[in-house]
Amino acid sequence: MSVIAALILSIVIVLIVFDMLRRKKIREKYAALWLLVGLSMLVLAAFPRLLEIVAHTLHVQVPSNLLFAMSIVLALGVCLHLSWEISVVEDETRVLAEEAAILRAQIDKLESRIDALTDQSPRNET
Amino acid sequence: MTDPLLQRVLVIMPAWNEGLAVGNTVREVLARPEKYDILVVNDGSTDNTAEVAANAGATVLHLPFNLGVGGAMRAGFKYASRHNYDAVIQVDADGQHDPKDIAVVLQGLENADISIGARFADKGTYSVSGPRKWAMVFLAKTISTLAGTRLTDVTSGFRAANTRGIAQYLDHYPAEYLGDTIDSLVVAIRSGCKVTQVPVEMRARQAGTPSHNPAKAAIYLGRSIFAFLFALTRKPSTLFQTEPEAG
Repeated sequence: MSVIAALILSIVIVLIVFDMLRRKKIREKYAALWLLVGLSMLVLAAFPRLLEIVAHTLHVQVPSNLLFAMSIVLALGVCLHLSWEISVVEDETRVLAEEAAILRAQIDKLESRIDALTDQSPRNET
Repeated sequence: MTDPLLQRVLVIMPAWNEGLAVGNTVREVLARPEKYDILVVNDGSTDNTAEVAANAGATVLHLPFNLGVGGAMRAGFKYASRHNYDAVIQVDADGQHDPKDIAVVLQGLENADISIGARFADKGTYSVSGPRKWAMVFLAKTISTLAGTRLTDVTSGFRAANTRGIAQYLDHYPAEYLGDTIDSLVVAIRSGCKVTQVPVEMRARQAGTPSHNPAKAAIYLGRSIFAFLFALTRKPSTLFQTEPEAG
């Protein structure tokens, strides 16, 4: 029963990631990690003996502990990656804010100069 | 101010909700005989700071959201570099820095790239105590050793830079807390900028109150040491890389 549940869950995860990719709701660089997670879950769900064999060769006494350890490492990796990405995005936003502010100041200056010119020109012509 | 190299000076004033003080400060600086250009960087204020500053005669940069003093100064440096200013000086919008001292701090640039207006250099009545003082003394000692010159007030926001200093700041000027003072200074020194200090007096703020909370001061001590150690491990910038001109 639990095997079927795990199988269904992993298939759903893979399908969701694929669908988000198809609809361009997620970038490939983020999708790759989640596809890796989903596919490895799929493999483990399909062959539950695999986890026991790997745990045995790595001298891990309880196979589920190996699973937990691996998921924690993976979750940590994803978190770190996201923190890094958001820092990059924040930096880019800040540069854009600086540019926008400088451009606005320049436009203001140009506008006041144009206003001054258009105020004078009719008087000059007449 | 006879140095022809320092003809075009930009006064940068980062201002966040300083509507009560910024108008007076701008007018005071404009009233100086040196005829400085003033750039008020409105750091996402929710009050009328931008309007007051513009009415007082300053050019205003409108940052769409709050970036902190470091972020505001970065925008100011970028503006100065695009408009080919020879020197910039940071002045607080709250009126702490006496406009007549601007020329004094700028004079420090005659033989340095960065000139700091120092509060403790045997002038004025500014004093602090407790953890905040330990932090300031520790930082002053270590950074002085690094710079090879006596610096007593490394967290002062009253500082001027020439084109070399601006280039360095554009390359590295963290928008983090304390990044605008300690971090930027340490990296500037390590990149080969010459730093000097000039004694100035500080005036009472025209509006707002400084914090005297000991817990906050202790956190300040920790964070400043952290910022300092971080700055020591950063990669120095290669100077004289001018920013590509936009447009």
